[in-house]
This record gives sequence, structure tokens and C-alpha cells, in this order.
Amino acid sequence: MRYAMAIDTRKCVGCSDCVIACQTENNVPLGYCRDWITETVDGSYPNVEIELRSERCNHCDNSPCVRCCPTGASHIVEGGVVLVEHGLCIGCGACIQSCPYDARYSHPEGWVDKCTFCNHRVTKGEKPACVSVCPTKCMYFGDLDDPDSEISNALKNRKHKVLAPEAGTKPHIFYLI
Amino acid sequence: MKEELFISGRDIPNTDPFLHIWHWQIPIYLYLGGLAAGILFFASLFTILGREKEMPTTVKWGPFLVPGALVLGLFMLFLDLKHQMYFWRLYMTVRFESPMSWGAWVLMFITPLSFVWVASYLRELIPSWNWKYKWLWTVEGWVIKNRMVMAWVIIFLAVILGIYTGILLSAFNARPLWNNSILGPLFLVSGMSTGVAAVMWMSKSHEERKILSRIDLLLILIELFFITHMIMGALAGSQVMIQAASLFLGGEFTVSFWVFVIVLGLLFPATLEILELFGYKIPVAIPAFLILLGGLVFRFIMVEAGQITRYLY
Repeated sequence: MRYAMAIDTRKCVGCSDCVIACQTENNVPLGYCRDWITETVDGSYPNVEIELRSERCNHCDNSPCVRCCPTGASHIVEGGVVLVEHGLCIGCGACIQSCPYDARYSHPEGWVDKCTFCNHRVTKGEKPACVSVCPTKCMYFGDLDDPDSEISNALKNRKHKVLAPEAGTKPHIFYLI
Repeated sequence: MKEELFISGRDIPNTDPFLHIWHWQIPIYLYLGGLAAGILFFASLFTILGREKEMPTTVKWGPFLVPGALVLGLFMLFLDLKHQMYFWRLYMTVRFESPMSWGAWVLMFITPLSFVWVASYLRELIPSWNWKYKWLWTVEGWVIKNRMVMAWVIIFLAVILGIYTGILLSAFNARPLWNNSILGPLFLVSGMSTGVAAVMWMSKSHEERKILSRIDLLLILIELFFITHMIMGALAGSQVMIQAASLFLGGEFTVSFWVFVIVLGLLFPATLEILELFGYKIPVAIPAFLILLGGLVFRFIMVEAGQITRYLY
């Protein structure tokens, strides 16, 4: 089993519903967020192209945050989901430095926090909060190892990319372009 | 084509707009670690070479700075932890993939050893010193008998400690300025140079100072070579590497780097040391102080600048 997410950059309107859903679902402290919207603008008017992306932890296969963690607090569970064990985290910040996506932050309570792929929902068979609320249905989530899953089909039918592939992290958030 | 990037809905403390998760404590910790490694390296080196008599400050007095430096350094590291009450978790596991883990373990061994090293010279240097308990006399005798073994262990650990202060940064692929293999050796040499400068400042023997000053000159030259190497390597690298190097070549760290690190911290003290070799009388405090300051500024700049470099996408 390998969980992954795909986001259709042509359908995303950047409404930030995924951000709010995540903050509500996961009790993210005020002023913090586990996912966010990035807008890149290429060129200038009238020849301009905009790409909207909902970004979060990429749950990398070759995750630098897990490698550099001195206590083993950052770890990978079934499905390739990268999680942080609060009771093991000393808040040294090494994983925050190591993430090419700046997806981690220091929680006000001290430990390091980030997207969990809503592991508590996914293990029950539900979809992550961000995916479930998306009003344009531009997000796909599922098991890459299952060729008939929603995500496998989305990636089969569309050209896609990952962020900073040159970082060698093998990220698992895909962007349909 | 011009590309602009907007990130909306995100203003996380210490992360946006630039990453700043490591504060002033970390460069001080790296500095003190390097300084301690430098002092211990030369103390054990001259013990192994059997030149204690010639180099009393290097072998005996200099190491008195080390336990304090290491304890203060570890305290700085502790201060910058965000989940402080869980710090002991660091010592519940060994993770070789994580430089911070094995660095913490090296400190765990070298800190007590530095206390033992200093304690073994207490009675020789302070004639009025007396151990209160009998077993301490026995331990002292055993340590003095095995000093050579201890010197070999310490020289090995000191090199690891010195390199570790650089590898701690260079292991982060996500921070292009740090992510080069020369940073470990560079921090080691820089730490050795500050260690030698500290001992040189303490030394009262003219002969010893002369030897130390020559060692220091050599270390400075190696350091300059490594820094050149680092910048050239970055300029020959990918776009993120070039952007990282540009922080020192016209970017916001240009003045602090070239003035405080290169000129005042390396070139000027090196010139003074060369002049001294030719017989000019230069007060030792000037080059020693400049080298110590340059090393500290260098670590501050590297930690600050490294955090703002990142991948572009």
C-alpha cells in the first residue's frame, strides 16, 4: 500500500477550503497551517499563466526529515505516511531544516507538527479532510499500488509533476498539469 | 520568463517568509564545540608527540577552557530546543543517519573526558590542590598512568566533534548553502584555528607562542583554501547553489562575510602572524582576538544565511 495525493492545478481555484478544513479537523493552532495555497505567475499581462497549488507535506519515500531526526520521532507508517511521535520529539528543528518544502513547523507546545495525510481518517477508510471538502473536486487521494484507485486513474490519464524532484526526496503529492 | 510566487494563507512563526528555526544559540554552540575540539586536538597531539614540557599551555592550561565551553555549548543547544523537557530522548537511541544523534553521543563522551583531562593536571598546576577522598587519589594515579591512551581517544573524538559541527549543517539537502561536503572539514579547520588562537593568547612562553602562531598560519591558509573551494563549488553548481553563493557575492551577507570573516578574521591576523615571523613585535592579543571573533561571526553568518536558502519551485 502506498498512499498518495494528486491535485488538479487546472481545476483548483485557490479557495483555501482545504486549508480551513485541515485546521478544523486537526485542531491546528491559530496562525499555523499544515497545508497552504501557492500561486505562481508566469509572464506578464496579457501573456500570463497562473498555476494554483494546494501544498502540504509530500510524504516522501526518501524523506530527509526521517533520516535526520535524532530520536526517531519522525517515522514512516503503513502506506508511506510520515508522522511525528510527540512524546519522542525534542523540538530540535533538524527536520524543519531538512524539508525542501518547508512543510513542517514548530507547534506552540514544542513538538514539530505537519500534515498527517489525516491518518486517523484514512485508517478508517475515509478521505483526508482537505480532499473531502474540495468544492471543485480537484484533489484525488488513494493507494498507488492499486491500479484501479482514484489516484492511479488520475495519474494514468493526465500529465503530472512533483515539486523539487531534484531534491531526490521522491515526493508523493502529484500535480496534474 | 519572469515567475512570481505567492503563498497565501501562510504566515507561520519562524517559517515564513524565511525559515528561522535556529536562533543565536546554534552558532554559539557550533563555535564552542569547534573551539573545544581545536584545543583538545592540539593538547592530545602534543601529548602523543611527547612535547608536554615544550608546550605547557597547549597541553595543560588550555584544556581548562574546554569543560566550560562544552557545558555552555550543550546548554545553548538545550536552550534552542522547543520541546525541552523531552531532551533526554536524545540519549535513548542511536541513529547513525542523523548527524545530530551521533554528535550528541560524541559530546556525551568527550565532555566527561575533558573534565578528567583537566583534573589530572590540577595537582601539578595548582600545588595547593588536594583531593578530599582517598579513591580520587587512586583514580588520579590511574589516569596519569594512562594519559597516552586518553590522548589517543580524545584526539579521535576531537576530530569527529570538529567535523560534526559542520556536518550538522551540510547534511541538510534542503539548504543549498550548507549542502556541500567541504563544510565539515572547513568547520574543523576553523575550530582548530580558534582553539590555537585561544591557547596562543593564554601562553606566556615566547617559544610556544611561536610554534602555535606557525600552526595557526597554516590553518588559516587551509581555511581560506576551503572557503574559496566552497564558493567555487557553489558557483559551479545548480541554480539553487548559485543563488546560495550569491548571498556572499553581492547579496545581503556580502559585507559581513568579506569584512568580518575574510579580512578581519583571516587575512589580517595572518598578515600579523607573518610579520611576527619576520621579527616584528606584535601583541599576541590582536591576532588571537581577531581569529576568535572571525570564527564566531563565520558561524553566525553560515547559520543565518543557510536558513534562507532553499529549493525553488
